[in-house]
Amino acid sequence: MGTKVKKMLFILSKATIENAYAAFVMANGARMEGIESEIFFTFFGLEVIQKKKLEHLHVATVGNPGMHIPTMLGGLPGVEAFATKMMKKEMEKLDMPPIGEFLEILSDSGCKLWGCKLAVDMFHLKEEDLIDELDGILTIGDFYSRADQEGTQLLFI
Amino acid sequence: MKKIIANREIDVNEEGYLLEFSQWDREISECIAGECDVVMTEKHWEVVEYLQEKHHKEEPLSIRGIKKSGVINIKEFYALFPGGPLKKSTLIAGIPKPKSCI
Repeated sequence: MGTKVKKMLFILSKATIENAYAAFVMANGARMEGIESEIFFTFFGLEVIQKKKLEHLHVATVGNPGMHIPTMLGGLPGVEAFATKMMKKEMEKLDMPPIGEFLEILSDSGCKLWGCKLAVDMFHLKEEDLIDELDGILTIGDFYSRADQEGTQLLFI
Repeated sequence: MKKIIANREIDVNEEGYLLEFSQWDREISECIAGECDVVMTEKHWEVVEYLQEKHHKEEPLSIRGIKKSGVINIKEFYALFPGGPLKKSTLIAGIPKPKSCI
């Protein structure tokens, strides 16, 4: 059976754990269905591919109505860390891999991982700051050129 | 519904997954693999046996599980069953399609 979607391109611009997992689950889900997938990490999304930062991502407790925590409380010290801990625990129950392991799985599955050149320059990052699985650093134009076939979809997260 | 596989009438669902594992054998497996453009090798059988064992123990299948399986790594898994490895390998193994999103 053929599928209409042939390739999924994701742009991850945020560093919150829920956004990172949304991109990862969709990118991995695509590969599992025989659909090509690639992720372009830009702006705060770069936190997700920095060796020193990737295991310290947090869930957003402020300005996130889905958390059902009053904004003032969400900003108190420790609330974000606690909410993140709870969420990680729930994810572990579902056998969701931690960020670092998930990146390995994606890379091994043939999902291409790209850093955004502009954002890498802006945050003064060096290649050694970024994960070994990274396929390269691209401009947005380079990334658009990856949409090289019919049935390509691009998603901004 | 019924489907003729290897000259036998086999019970399958709409996607072709076997409904009765007791109807499965290597001949059935090879026919289904052929339809998926997969030629079975020793390594394929090893994976199929691993998946069946997991299924019989009622342990959910996931790509993370494959990584930890010690039987095969993810790269090889994609190479052996191109175009949706867990979907195809479970089809060939005669077990239900995994329901997990990961």
